Amino acid sequence: MSDVTATATSDRGFFDEAKYSGIFGWIFSTDHKRIGLLYFWCIVAFFCIGVVLGLLIRLELFAPGETIMGPQAYNAAFTLHGVIMIFLFIIPGIPAAFGNLIMPIQIGARDVAFPKLNLFSWYLYITGAIMAVTSLFTGGGPPDTGWTFYVPFSAQTSTNVSLAAMAVFFLGFSSILTGLNFVTTVHRLRTTGMTWMRIPLFTWSLYATAWIQILATPVIGITVALLFAERVIGAGLFDPTQGGDPIMFQHLFWIYSHPAVYIMVLPGMGVVSDIIPVFARKPAFGYKAIVVSSLAIAFAGSLVWAHHMYTSGMSDMAVLIFSFLTFIVAIPSAIKVFNWLATLYQGSILLDPPLLYALSFILLFTIGGLTGLVLGAAATDIHVHDTYFVVGHFHFVMFGGTGMAFFAAMHYWLPKIYGRMYDKTVATVAWGVIFIGFCILYITMMVVGMQGMPRRYWDYLPEFTGLNQLATVGSWILAIGLILMFVNVFRGIFKGDPAGANPWGGASLEWQISSPPTMENFGEEDPVVTHGPYDFKKAGIL
Amino acid sequence: MSGHIHKDYTGAKFGMWLFLFTEVLLFGGLFILYSVYLARYPKEFISAGKELNVWFGGGNTLVLLTSSLFVAVSITALRRGAKRLCLGLLGGTIACAAIFMINKYFEWSAKIHHGIYPGSPHMKEMMPGEVTFFNLYYLTTGLHGIHVVIGGLILTWAMILIKSGRVNADDWVILENAGLYWHLVDLIWIFIFPLYYLILH
Amino acid sequence: MSEEHVHIVPYKTFLVIWLALLILTGITVAVAQFHFGAWNIWVALGIATLKSGLVVAVFMHMKYEDRLFRLALFSALAILAIFIGLTFVDVLYR
Repeated sequence: MSDVTATATSDRGFFDEAKYSGIFGWIFSTDHKRIGLLYFWCIVAFFCIGVVLGLLIRLELFAPGETIMGPQAYNAAFTLHGVIMIFLFIIPGIPAAFGNLIMPIQIGARDVAFPKLNLFSWYLYITGAIMAVTSLFTGGGPPDTGWTFYVPFSAQTSTNVSLAAMAVFFLGFSSILTGLNFVTTVHRLRTTGMTWMRIPLFTWSLYATAWIQILATPVIGITVALLFAERVIGAGLFDPTQGGDPIMFQHLFWIYSHPAVYIMVLPGMGVVSDIIPVFARKPAFGYKAIVVSSLAIAFAGSLVWAHHMYTSGMSDMAVLIFSFLTFIVAIPSAIKVFNWLATLYQGSILLDPPLLYALSFILLFTIGGLTGLVLGAAATDIHVHDTYFVVGHFHFVMFGGTGMAFFAAMHYWLPKIYGRMYDKTVATVAWGVIFIGFCILYITMMVVGMQGMPRRYWDYLPEFTGLNQLATVGSWILAIGLILMFVNVFRGIFKGDPAGANPWGGASLEWQISSPPTMENFGEEDPVVTHGPYDFKKAGIL
Repeated sequence: MSGHIHKDYTGAKFGMWLFLFTEVLLFGGLFILYSVYLARYPKEFISAGKELNVWFGGGNTLVLLTSSLFVAVSITALRRGAKRLCLGLLGGTIACAAIFMINKYFEWSAKIHHGIYPGSPHMKEMMPGEVTFFNLYYLTTGLHGIHVVIGGLILTWAMILIKSGRVNADDWVILENAGLYWHLVDLIWIFIFPLYYLILH
Repeated sequence: MSEEHVHIVPYKTFLVIWLALLILTGITVAVAQFHFGAWNIWVALGIATLKSGLVVAVFMHMKYEDRLFRLALFSALAILAIFIGLTFVDVLYR
């Protein structure tokens, strides 16, 4: 990609090129990098709130009975922890923040296909976020249903579920618009020579994700709208006294929310697929297989939703079929893991922070995936359903997977966006602390779940006390690691040494332009791509 | 590709189609519920469906089909330079949207007058399956009605742009996309009509 | 780019399609007067699918668009069909 001419007008690239001054330069900007940063900072802020709520939950569970809060406050705390982490952090996390920042550059575009719509999505995100936060202080108090909003409880509780449901509607709308923007961008704005088989794997994963966002998200939209209708005008389509079926709520909810698991994790897989070749100094092994597996996960992920409902009272035939289909999803996920390992094999590996986070993704996601099979098999699921085993499992997938990938992306791409480098030693130490805290916290949850402790309970039997205290200590270690990591990264990107255009030796397009990038990413001429994204020899890096 | 003024028509239309898919799946959720409850309460759906007036439903079908024709023709008119014809047709479409909503108003009023609305005392005496049918009927046609109003507003906006010349024979993709949205409203109704109004008369 | 000069559909085509849609509406109302049991709903859905096919192909210009558009439309409808179909795995066997 030697044809790229990076003509930086200043050292601070797009940071110096705004139409309006001050904050208006951000909230009225249609530049994909500025919108990406708007998302990034909001998402980090909500992540921190979610972490604090999680710590409070762990603190309450330090001992049986009331420790720091009553049962109602506890119900609100885990509901909010779920809603904030799922809808405000994990789902938009990688696509909306790093997708916006990096994806257009990776395919040689100057912006996304619909820049104004992109800004509008951010406004919808913020509107939804404000509504979610407002629901805490208005109406009948903070929602206490859990993030799943299951009827009949959600239709009857006096807490402010209606506003929270509308918040989810807005957040879903935001996600849809980002998805359709990305699909159109990948189809229409690839630069000369950027053939489908030269698209970096991160962009491929976003493309697959965007299709799920478009096709699955509307279903949650109508589901929460119907919940709203049941609460407000009494049209109870899920109310048995009106002939409705509460299990249909669960179907509609999971028709979206299971594919949403792949909205959460596919972009993370894309981040890892992009990082591993760079730090192994080897082209990605099985590039095409990774691409196909991304699309296969997106499709197969739409077929398995009812494996969340084995104990709901749906038919045994459905349990059988959904259990079988669930195992199919394991195949493309395993293909990815084997390809990552094969890429690392005999590579000249640089153990820099982005790779460390990516490696912990592979390990933790694999554990999360394998424990998922325990839950996917109906016979074993019956025993551990709604126990802490499930909580441990999905934290391995969501936090160990997407969360770690988000941190990997931060360490990998923020030096590109801000042009400055953090302290790599501190980043490595922080990674170690996070990893240790993570394992203590969530492995313990799985163990206590296997012993029979149910999830979402405010109180527990005295024999679980030891393990719960261990988990809570783990949460403190994890929190210390997170603080260390964020402080180090944020200090680095504002005050660190200049990072240079290509600090990691990447061969994809974003590393061929200046750091920070200029307003339209590329100079006068559009880049012409002549080789694949991991062809380090042709890129002149090896 | 480096021009900044360049407009990507295929991209714009493709983006609009993607949005229409999301609308299809939004209504899809309601159609899933319809199919499930129809399978569970076939008799109740038939007895409740008899309460709906085919003339209202059929009339509104004709109105929407005709409005779709107007929009489709208006695009051809605009591209052939017949601006006044185009504006007239769009005005006709918006009039159709208004007629549709007025029809709907009378239809709903009649139902509500007979005590058929969500949570009404009369509904509480009905069979559960019939209540489900009317709940579905109100929510589906209500959501569709909202789309008719939004579609009318979008077409009004397109008319203003055509009048001012910002949308013209050489730059018509906004009208095309507004039209696509309007056709979707028609498409949804094509399915609502037989499923609710014609269920075994 | 040549795409600005894509096919302009003549007025007559639209009128023919509109007439076809009206006739199909008449047929679907007429057919609903007969009792075929469970088949009524399938006949109604069949006619509605035919009608929407005409609207999509001609009114919405799908006939003249890229193959990509048709592929995308097919995917969206296939996913909806899967959602409905797999839900019935539960509903029919409960």
